[in-house]
Amino acid sequence: MGVSCVRFMLDGQLIELDHVDPSRTVLQFLREDLGRTGTKEGCAEGDCGACTVVVAELCGDELSLKAINSCIQFLPTLDGKELITVESLSPPGAELHPVQRALAENHGSQCGFCTPGFVMSLFALYKTNALPGRREIDDALAGNLCRCTGYRPIVAAARAMYEESAADDRGNWLRQACGSQQEPARRIENLRKLAREADLELEHGDRRYFAPSGIDSLAEQFARYPDATLLAGGTDIGLWVTKQHRELGTVIYTGRVAELLTVSRSPTHLDIGAAVTLSEAIPPIVEHYPGLEEIFRRFASPPIRNTGTLGGNIANGSPIGDSMAALMVVGATLLLRRGGDVRELPLDAFYHDYRVNDLAPGEFIERIRIPLVDEQAVVRSQKWSKRFDQDISAVCTAYFLELDGGKVATFRMACGGLAPIIKRATHCEAILVGEAWSEPQIERACVALQSDFTPISDARATADIRLLAVQNLLRRFYRETAGAAESTVYLYGRSG
Amino acid sequence: MDAPVKAGQQSGRAVGLGLPHDSAHLHVTGRAAYTDDIPEPRELLHLAVGMSEKPHARIRKIDLCDVLAAPGVVDVCVAADIQGENNYGPIVKDDPVFADALVQYVGQPLFAVAAGSVDSARKAARKASIDYEELEPILDPLTAVAKGSFVLPSETLVRGNPDDARENSPHRLQRRISVGGQDQFYLEGQVAMSIPQEDGGLLVYSSTQHPDEVQTMIAHATRRSAKDIVVICRRMGGAFGGKESQAALIAIITAIAADKTGRPCKLRLDRDDDMIMTGKRHDFVIDYDVGFDDTGRIRGIQFEFASRCGMSADLSGPVNDRAMFHCDNAYFLENVRIVSHRCKTNTVSNTAFRGFGGPQGMFAIEYVIDDIARTLGKDPLEVRRRNFYGKSDRNVTHYDQPVDDNIIDDIFDRLVANSDYQERRAAIRQFNASSKVLRRGIAITPVKFGISFTNTLLNQAGALVHVYKDGTVQLSHGGTEMGQGLYVKVAQVVADELGVGMDRIRIMAADTSRVPNASATAASSGSDMNGKAAQRAAAKIRKRLTEFAARHFSVPEAAIDFHGDAVQLGDRSTSFAELVRLAWADRVSLSATGFYKTPKINYDRARFSGRPFFYFAYGAAVSEVVVDMLTGENRVLRVDILHDCGDSLNPAIDLGQIEGGYIQGVGWLTTEELWWNEAGELGTHAPSTYKIPTCSDLAPDFRVEMLSGSSNREDTIYRSKAVGEPPLMLGLSAFLAIRDAIDRGVPGGVPLQAPATPEAILRAVMRAGHE
Repeated sequence: MGVSCVRFMLDGQLIELDHVDPSRTVLQFLREDLGRTGTKEGCAEGDCGACTVVVAELCGDELSLKAINSCIQFLPTLDGKELITVESLSPPGAELHPVQRALAENHGSQCGFCTPGFVMSLFALYKTNALPGRREIDDALAGNLCRCTGYRPIVAAARAMYEESAADDRGNWLRQACGSQQEPARRIENLRKLAREADLELEHGDRRYFAPSGIDSLAEQFARYPDATLLAGGTDIGLWVTKQHRELGTVIYTGRVAELLTVSRSPTHLDIGAAVTLSEAIPPIVEHYPGLEEIFRRFASPPIRNTGTLGGNIANGSPIGDSMAALMVVGATLLLRRGGDVRELPLDAFYHDYRVNDLAPGEFIERIRIPLVDEQAVVRSQKWSKRFDQDISAVCTAYFLELDGGKVATFRMACGGLAPIIKRATHCEAILVGEAWSEPQIERACVALQSDFTPISDARATADIRLLAVQNLLRRFYRETAGAAESTVYLYGRSG
Repeated sequence: MDAPVKAGQQSGRAVGLGLPHDSAHLHVTGRAAYTDDIPEPRELLHLAVGMSEKPHARIRKIDLCDVLAAPGVVDVCVAADIQGENNYGPIVKDDPVFADALVQYVGQPLFAVAAGSVDSARKAARKASIDYEELEPILDPLTAVAKGSFVLPSETLVRGNPDDARENSPHRLQRRISVGGQDQFYLEGQVAMSIPQEDGGLLVYSSTQHPDEVQTMIAHATRRSAKDIVVICRRMGGAFGGKESQAALIAIITAIAADKTGRPCKLRLDRDDDMIMTGKRHDFVIDYDVGFDDTGRIRGIQFEFASRCGMSADLSGPVNDRAMFHCDNAYFLENVRIVSHRCKTNTVSNTAFRGFGGPQGMFAIEYVIDDIARTLGKDPLEVRRRNFYGKSDRNVTHYDQPVDDNIIDDIFDRLVANSDYQERRAAIRQFNASSKVLRRGIAITPVKFGISFTNTLLNQAGALVHVYKDGTVQLSHGGTEMGQGLYVKVAQVVADELGVGMDRIRIMAADTSRVPNASATAASSGSDMNGKAAQRAAAKIRKRLTEFAARHFSVPEAAIDFHGDAVQLGDRSTSFAELVRLAWADRVSLSATGFYKTPKINYDRARFSGRPFFYFAYGAAVSEVVVDMLTGENRVLRVDILHDCGDSLNPAIDLGQIEGGYIQGVGWLTTEELWWNEAGELGTHAPSTYKIPTCSDLAPDFRVEMLSGSSNREDTIYRSKAVGEPPLMLGLSAFLAIRDAIDRGVPGGVPLQAPATPEAILRAVMRAGHE
């Protein structure tokens, strides 16, 4: 039997909640149940960052701190963790935390509504990066919108916060509800005490929530409730609740399933558990495929990457998801499990139609296997959107190219944003394979792209320009491989 | 108590210091309370609004049975529940709170549901069943012009003889250009809470730039008098004009529901609902026809503006007036005709947004100047200088106001030199000659922005200063704090007037019971007007204290000076607190109001003639960009700004306005795109689809300077200048730098629509025949 009580730490205190509504968000809990109104709602969809909080977890013997969007995080997913909010950083009467002082002294707040979220993103940066450059600061703040300042003073604060803390150890300060500050050792000890093997099972009216701790239990539960919503990071499912007001019924959370949280690497494959967060999945992928650095840097924002999972991105199957095109061209496969049965399916065979995939009822993605192909191949992915950071692709492309003496030995191209599913550009590929890797041939391939895709017009782009964009992105890729490699505008003239 | 950061200067002047925002220490700790953070009263009901799904339709029936039956629902409110006027239109009464017979945009409120929780209210609001009889919608300004659909009559302003001047010019250009709208995207969405008080009173917390108007509108809607309503706003989480007139809608709904249910009611709009339901910056289609000489000097010009006002007038009259006033920007238009159509469309009613029509007007003329330069093969800088207002001649605007404080040449000279504009422009030309995919561009643009409400009667402000017998001060004025730092600036003025440290002053929330009849905090006029009013209130008290001290200590008044929390009394001195205590004991009044009305302005709207503006604020910016000709992606690389704040009351706060305004302007002209589908539904109604700038959009090299030694020639508060709106228009330089980057010598330049999204740039590049 599982346990039915959600437990997590807040300001050194154990919070134990029975009968939790599984679709209650952390933000609702903070603002409505606790009256902790420092954390704000700006959009309730994880796009503005006003609701940013930090979650600490045990990672071996260390505390791992991550900024997340509390507006779309369901409360039960905090089980076993420590929640840190803007109120945690400085109790009434105390000095400001260095992050807070740096922001205030650098005039980093105007209306102040986004500020608690910036404080928490900067706090996470402060704790995880000792000397960030401008790009790292931009990246850490990619999920926080400020409408007033234009960001210059916030960047200044991100640099000054380290100076602020040089003199004393206020940077280690964390509020403890009853008195003095929390010792890191004590916090680790508290989290150890919260660790448990048992499955978490909640019931609240018609809503049920299972958080199994092992894969067999997950397979069993999902086989029993094949209509259940499988919840991983919740960065999309959260919006089903906050925006669409959908009833989720039974929810099975994958984030505690130990077997789904591992990354393993063999000489030939990277093997990523379906519940591994993007923040953890991305570095080993980019390490092997540096041409994917930009697409993954631009993948949502740190708070989203800290909870969103690679498996969830694939399973959700949005035609504008950013990981799948890249994974398709490198030949990724999925290990799919249903009950005790496991099968392997190439990712490019997974999608059938808009939000329709190959999963049978009760079947789920267990692992993503990414071939680590030889380094002669050029692998690259591009994203085309209105804004560099935290935008959704209007067009996303990925390429896998192997040349053999000037001729194309292998060419795979996959695109998002151009069809109801992310898919390979097979006509385009056929034109190029076996031919010279040359400008005239690329022009023919650009024509072939018109046979591959019939894009639509929407708020992100108009159909004709979408097509032109993908053609030009291919042209750009060609130029990069042909040695005329201009930097992208985002890297142009930038250092650090 | 937390100590405000670096506040509480014990000596010296506060005015002119770069003090932090008065709430900075509260912002960073999460202790700054916004309307939704106020502890909720018992029995509070939460509201959600049911909205029209059609852009134009007659309502046959509104069936709310399922709404009422939904879990947690207590009541619903429809138009029939409004006891008084069903209107929140501030100027024309064409803005129903709840539509009943006719809906005119997708998102128009039809009813509100009151429930025990936010969640249950929002869920229930979706359960309504509305029977629509659909009517033909008008979804864009040009269709509206073609069909003669206007919210207000078209206006025409003529000076000189624009037709002859154009015809006799050596060169002539005609073009249609367009510039998009912009969502305010205040981080704190619209919110209000009404709490019934004894004997018919109503207490309203509203996130509003205009508490007085909320009070007035609620009075009209609920058949109360103003005296029965108190509206309070401590701060807003951003407003930018979006909470000037339309915050009233939200507040009225809470008042109606509170009256009907007899319980406190709060309405906080979900972000998507907020963006769908409330108005934005007007998008404009602009036809221009210009004649000019070989030097680029404009001889005659005609503008025809068609702006999307949406379904009602709201503030569209003055917004479009300001577009007409500012389509000269800093240039002398000797022969000019401006035709302004205020188009009625079946879209949300557009409203105020920082700049208030000025940005669209300036966009028009800056685009023309750019086109002239690109036709003549000149540096646009040269054409700009050629057309600038003169100092002794060519210095009267097309609305007959002399420009007698012109400093734009000086600003340009300094900025061109400081930014190495010429050297960089040459280097960019060289770079572009050998770079096929990445191209750089540079542009310098001026801003001349008129300060005052164009509706003269709004240029009045009140303040209330209390000095308590312990020598501390409460400061109230009619202005609202939306992040712009108004409160700290006015407090600095009062601190100096009384010679006390900032830590002696508590800044009170905007509250209609403390200061009545206040104008909106808008038109950049907040510090100018409230600063003067508060100074006058404080001066009255100081005068009383001086008279008392002269009497009590037998020193001449001339020998009494208030400074550094102390009062100099000839060769003696005492503390401010002690003097106050003595004065109180002597029965001296220690409370005073102050009132200010902006002098010198007078303006005949019917003839578009007179002096609508007390003075002008100036600035200029140089932006350098890089554009990818294959993808249309772009990035601002370097920015140099020189802006005129007069003698700044608070340089740190003003710097924040300049920087933030610039980036907001760049957002308007690059990434922020409003997109409607054919059904009249806004497709960009959340940050997932509507893209304001993020941190990485801040140029890596960003240099902002305030013009030094630039006292306001007019007698403004400490000779400062307003700075709220003008810097937004500095962002025009980034748009024109993009245009510069993609220009390859096509005569007249590449047509580029704003916002210059990657798509718009690709379209322009494609049209110009590149690649």
